[in-house]
Amino acid sequence: MKQDIAVQLINVGRSFGATAAVKGISIDIARGEVVSLVGHSGCGKSTLLRIISGVEIVDSGKVILDGREVDGERFVEPEMRGVGFVFQDYALFPHLSVRDNILFGLKRHPKADALANAEDAVRRVGIEHLLDRFPHTLSGGEQQRVALARALAPRPAIVLMDEPFSNLDQGLRGQVRAETLSLLKALDTTVIMVTHDPQEALSTGDRVVLMRSGEIVQVGSGYDLYDRPTSAYAADFFCVSNKVPGICKGNRIETAVGSFMLNDTIREGEAATVHIRPQAISISPDRGDITARVRERVFHGETEHVLLAVDGLDMPLKAITLKRLPEGAEVVKISVTLERVLVFKCQY
Amino acid sequence: MSASNPVAGPSGVSHAGRSGRNWLAVSAIAALIVIFPITGLVLEALKGSTGLWAHLFSSILPVAFVDTVILLVGVGVVTAVLGTTTAWLVTAYDFPGRRMLEWALLLPLAVPTYIIAYAYLDILHPIGSVQGAVRWLLGYESARQFRLPDIRSMTGCILLLGFVLYPYVYIPTRAMFLTQSGNLVDAARTLGISRRAVFWRVALPLARPAVAIGVALALMETLNDVGAAEFLGVRTMTVSIYTTWITRTDLPGASQIALALLLIVVALVAFERWARRKQRYATDARRSRGLEPLKVNLLKGVLLFTAGAIPVLLGFVAPALYLTTEAWKRYQFAGLSPRLLNEAISTLTIATIATVVTISLGLVVAYATRLRPGKTSATFLRLSTVGYAAPGTVVAIGVLIVLAGLDRFIDRTALNWFGVSTGLLFMGSGAAVVYALTVRFLAISAGGIEAGLSRIPMSFDHASRTLGQSTAGTFRHVHLPLSKAAISAAALLVFVDCIKELPATLLLRPLNVETFATHLYGEAARGTYEEASIAALAIVAISILPVILLSRVGAARRSVSGPAL
Repeated sequence: MKQDIAVQLINVGRSFGATAAVKGISIDIARGEVVSLVGHSGCGKSTLLRIISGVEIVDSGKVILDGREVDGERFVEPEMRGVGFVFQDYALFPHLSVRDNILFGLKRHPKADALANAEDAVRRVGIEHLLDRFPHTLSGGEQQRVALARALAPRPAIVLMDEPFSNLDQGLRGQVRAETLSLLKALDTTVIMVTHDPQEALSTGDRVVLMRSGEIVQVGSGYDLYDRPTSAYAADFFCVSNKVPGICKGNRIETAVGSFMLNDTIREGEAATVHIRPQAISISPDRGDITARVRERVFHGETEHVLLAVDGLDMPLKAITLKRLPEGAEVVKISVTLERVLVFKCQY
Repeated sequence: MSASNPVAGPSGVSHAGRSGRNWLAVSAIAALIVIFPITGLVLEALKGSTGLWAHLFSSILPVAFVDTVILLVGVGVVTAVLGTTTAWLVTAYDFPGRRMLEWALLLPLAVPTYIIAYAYLDILHPIGSVQGAVRWLLGYESARQFRLPDIRSMTGCILLLGFVLYPYVYIPTRAMFLTQSGNLVDAARTLGISRRAVFWRVALPLARPAVAIGVALALMETLNDVGAAEFLGVRTMTVSIYTTWITRTDLPGASQIALALLLIVVALVAFERWARRKQRYATDARRSRGLEPLKVNLLKGVLLFTAGAIPVLLGFVAPALYLTTEAWKRYQFAGLSPRLLNEAISTLTIATIATVVTISLGLVVAYATRLRPGKTSATFLRLSTVGYAAPGTVVAIGVLIVLAGLDRFIDRTALNWFGVSTGLLFMGSGAAVVYALTVRFLAISAGGIEAGLSRIPMSFDHASRTLGQSTAGTFRHVHLPLSKAAISAAALLVFVDCIKELPATLLLRPLNVETFATHLYGEAARGTYEEASIAALAIVAISILPVILLSRVGAARRSVSGPAL
C-alpha cells in the first residue's frame, strides 16, 4: 500500500517573515493520480508546489516522495528528486534552442538514452518541427508544449504544474489542457496542478484540493466539491450563490423563498443561510411557488441572467436560465430546485 | 500570477534548498574586506595621539575644509547648470546635429580630472599659443601687458572639474526629460503655459531629483580628485591627506583628515539617497511618454548646436587634441621609451588583476542575494558596495593601516618562529593597490551583476534545479550565459576605472612601480612636460570605451541607478 503513495505531505508548514504561507498541511497523493490545487492568490498553493519540488524548504513537517523523505529531518536537493515542473511563464531558457532546452534535463543521462528520451518526449508532445527554433520565436501554445516536453523528457514520476494554461488564449486553453492531461494519464504520471480557475480545477483533477490562507478547506472529487461543499467558502468558491437568511425550526429552515431541509450540523435556533445557485431557480411567466419582480435582464445568448426582487428579501435573487422569458415580462413566478440548495451556519 | 508568497514579492524568492551557504560565507568575506580599511581608518584616527586633533583643528582643517566646501559648491553649481541645460537642449529642441550632440556630450567623461588639469595648464600657459593668439587678436605684444586670469586658482579648478563632471548630471537629467515630461508638458501647455516657461515651471522641478543625484555623484568625484586640485594649487582635504602622509609620514594625522572627509561623503551619500527616494516617487507615480522635441529653423539650430557643443569642446575636444598633438610630437622626438612600455605593462597588470578580483567578488556577492535572499545577504551586498563613495585617498589610507599592520604582524611572527624577516609582504607587492581598487570598485561590479541577474526570472532557477542541475550547474548553464552582457559591461567599467585611478594607486604602489596615471602625476607635479602626454592620451583613449557603452540605447537610463562611473 505504501508503495502506491507518490507524494505524502505530513503537517507541512512554511512562513515568510510573519506570514504563514502554508500551515500544517497533510495529504497523500496516489501514484498516477491527477490532483488540482485550487484557491485564490496567496492561498499557499504555489508555495506548496515549490516545497514538493524542493526549490522551497519547509519550516515544519515532512515531505515524502515515493516513500523517501526529501524534506523535514533530511533534505534532498531539487535536482535529486526526479520531479518535473511546468511553470506559469514556462521558464524556457532564452539562450538555448528548443532542442537544447529539452536536453537540459538529460545532462546526467548517458548520451544515447538522453537522445532517445528527448525524442520520445518531443514526439509525444508533437513539436518535432520546432526543435531548431528559439523560445522567443514560438507562440504561447508552442512554448507551453516545449515546456511540457522539457519537463517530461527526464521521465519524472511526478509532474508539477503551476498555472500551466493560464497564459494561453481562452480558445486554445481547453484544447491544450485536454491534450496535456491525456498524455500525462497515458504515461501514468502523478500530476499536481495549481490553478486559480475553479472550472479548470473541477474539470482536470481526479481530486481537487481547495486551499485558503495556507490551509486545506476541502479535498474530494470535483463532484464532491461542487455538489457537496462542506463549507460556505467552498460552495462560494466554485459558484457564487444567492444567500438567503432563514430561521431554523425543527429540521427545517424557513426563508422568504420557501422552507428547506436542514443537515445535521446545524442545531435548532442557530442562524443559518441558504445558498441557492442561480441555476437552481427556474423562472416561468405563470407557474411557480413564489412571485418575483424582474429587476434587470442581461442576455448572454445561450443563457440569460435575471435579477429578481422577492418580497421579504433585502437583496434581489440572481437566476441563470436557459428558458426565454417573454420580452417585457415584469412579474414572474419562480421555484427553487430543492436538491441543489445548500444550508450553512452563519459566519460571524 | 499565483504568487502565494506575499512577503518575498513578485520574484517568487525562495531558498535554494540548503546549498548557497558557501556563497553566503564568501559574500561575508567580501563585505569584511571592504569594511576593514574603513574600520581601521576610524580606529587610527580616534587614537589621535599627542594633541594632533588640536593641531588639525587649528591649522590644517580650517583652510582645507573651507577650500573643499568652496570647491564642492562651485563644482555643484557648474555641473548642475551645464548638465541641465545641455540635457534640455537635446531633448526639447530638434536641430541638425542633435543626435550627435546627444552622445558627444558624454565624451568629457573620458577625461579624468587630473588629465584635464594637466592639459589646460599647458594649453593656457601665459606664453603658450592660446594666450598668444588672444594677445595677437587684441593687439598686445607681451604677456606682461595682458594675460588671461590664471588657471591655477580656485575658479580655474571649479571650471575645469565642472567641464568634465557635468555628464554625471546630464545623463540622469536627460533620461528624466526623455521619459517623464511628455504628458506633463502637454498638460501644462493646455493650461496656458508657454513652451519657454514650461522649462522652469514643469520640466526643471520634475528633474530636480535627477539633477540632485547627478550633482552628488559629480561631487563624490570631486572629493576623489587629488591631481587637478594639486596641480591648480587648491589645497583640498584630499590633497591634505596625501601631503600629510607623503611629506610628513603622519599616519594618524592623515587618517584624521580622511575621517573628516568621510563625514562629508556620508552627507553626500545621504543627500543622494534622499534625492533617489524622491525620484522613485516621481518615476513610479505616472505612466509617461517622452517629450516631443520642437523643430527650430536653421539659424536657431546652428546657435543651439554651438551652445551645446561648447562643453564638448572644452571638456573633451580641446584636451584630446592637445594630448594627441603633444603625444605625436613627443613620439616623433623620442619614440616610445622602455620606461613607458614598462608602465603600460604595470598599468595593465594591476588593472587586470584588480578587475578579476573585483568581478569575482562581485559575482559572489550578487549571486548570494539570489541564492539566499533575505536580510543577511542584502546586508553583505550593501556593505561590500560602500567603497564606491569613499575617495581613493581615504580608501588608500585605510588599506595602508590594515595591510601595514598585517605586514608587521607577519614579519614579527616569521622572525620569532623561523628567524626570517618577510619584510613588506603586502605593501611591497602591489597587493595593496589591488586591495584598494577592489574596495573602490566592488560596487560597480556587484551592482552591475546584480542588475543583470535580477532580470532573470526565478522560475529559470527552479526549472534548472528540477531538471537536475545543482546550484553550481544552474549558475554555469543558466545564469552565466544569461548575464554575460552585464558581467562584461561591469568588467569593462571596472577595468577602465582601475586604469584611470590615481589617488589610491599613488599612495599604495610599490617602490619603483609606475602606472600611466602616476607617471602623469609625477611629471605634472614636477612641472616637466615630457612623456606624460602619451600616457594621458592612452588613458583617455581607453576611457572612451565605457562612454561608447553608455551611449548605447537604454544605457543612459541604466546609469541613473548605477553607482559612479
